[in-house]
Amino acid sequence: MARPGTTLKLTAPLKVLLQRMAFTGLIGASVGLLVLGKAEAPVVERARMAVVDAVAPMLDAIGKPIDTAARMIDTARHYADVHEENRRLREENLRLLHWQQVARNLEAENRAMRDMQRVATEPGLTFVTARVIADAGGAFVRSVLIAAGTRDGIAKGQPALVPDGLVGRVGETGERAARVLLLTDLNSHVPVQIEGTRDRAIIDGDNSDMPKLTFLSSGARPQLGDRIVTSGDGGVFPPGLPVGIVVQTGEHGVRVRPFVDFHRLEAIRIVDYGLAGTLPVSAPPPQPRRGR
Amino acid sequence: MVGAVFAQLDRSLKLALPVVSTVLAALLSVVPLPIPEYSMLAPNVVLICAFYWIVHRPDLFPAWGAFLVGLLDDALSGAPLGLNALVLLLVHYAIVVQHKFFRGKAFWLIWASFALIAAGAAIVTAIVAYAAAHLSVPLGLFATQLALTVAIYPAIGAVLGRVQRIFLTAG
Repeated sequence: MARPGTTLKLTAPLKVLLQRMAFTGLIGASVGLLVLGKAEAPVVERARMAVVDAVAPMLDAIGKPIDTAARMIDTARHYADVHEENRRLREENLRLLHWQQVARNLEAENRAMRDMQRVATEPGLTFVTARVIADAGGAFVRSVLIAAGTRDGIAKGQPALVPDGLVGRVGETGERAARVLLLTDLNSHVPVQIEGTRDRAIIDGDNSDMPKLTFLSSGARPQLGDRIVTSGDGGVFPPGLPVGIVVQTGEHGVRVRPFVDFHRLEAIRIVDYGLAGTLPVSAPPPQPRRGR
Repeated sequence: MVGAVFAQLDRSLKLALPVVSTVLAALLSVVPLPIPEYSMLAPNVVLICAFYWIVHRPDLFPAWGAFLVGLLDDALSGAPLGLNALVLLLVHYAIVVQHKFFRGKAFWLIWASFALIAAGAAIVTAIVAYAAAHLSVPLGLFATQLALTVAIYPAIGAVLGRVQRIFLTAG
């Protein structure tokens, strides 16, 4: 400190050398991570989610005021057309009351038939509702981070829903945060069927807003406006979850517009249907039965 | 004594400001905003922050800072881990090598250099993403994002310039 000039002169070359070594080391570390990631080493996924876990509370805190502001703007906008909305809801209510009657009749009929056939009822399902804390729709991945993880009972592969329909599935889990892979992501492949005809297909994301329908069963002729729902094949998603609507057919393939508006996701429900599925789920293997 | 401790703390916090503000930019850039298409077209504010600080205070934004910020960005965005870390390290290298060029240059020249470096970073990102994970980039989207990033640079640069004047002129 007494003679800063001299110190600087003496240590400068050493410092430059150290800096170069550090730089080379860091480049090596980045490339190493990329290589490990390509080999799908679990350590990379764990590292990624550890980072996310560490910053999740901060993201949650930053996001809350923005959420509140957005909700206030929404409320103000709704006040503007409250009369129109009211009229629309009345009409809808009339229509739904009719449907309620139909549903009750069907429910009764269903119950009677189940009793006759002794069909096992569906297992009870549990769900977790979590706030979206990061929207990471970069150029490569369509995913969001939610503020719930393994400690809330979330596991890899579980379906993610909003009231409009299917959002996607849980792709990575941390302790208090998880990444939900959207239907539109390149790595998303969901078995679906056309609601009217029950023709099977796979809906493949390609990072565009409108995923493609592939592996259509032969002879299937999807029409514009057909509703697409999950088929339940493969055991990851239960059957019947609304997915989207066919908006393009023809030579360039069949494309589906999802029911969910991925740009306005606020809270997502992660449902545990008790389906193990074909995906590697991080649940422990079933215990061997004791006795007998 | 207590005063000295606080003075030291104050100094350390100020010196950490470039890296900390870039980390904050990385966090802010993924906070969900109810704007359609925003998340796909959002300008790369992390690159802007990193570029600004490496040009103006390279002593306070070392290579490991670029590496850490890049890793955080990768983890949050779901990009292949190491991708942005590598790109930011290369950006760091490119600026530090040309450091004499940047010293005392007019703003528009720095802005033009940013445009060049951002374009280079985008190309390297696309190549590495393809090589490492077979992810091909929608080119139109990428070009739009690049244009937005370059366009917004003066605004964020002005904010960072003010931050630098307030907190880092004396230190």
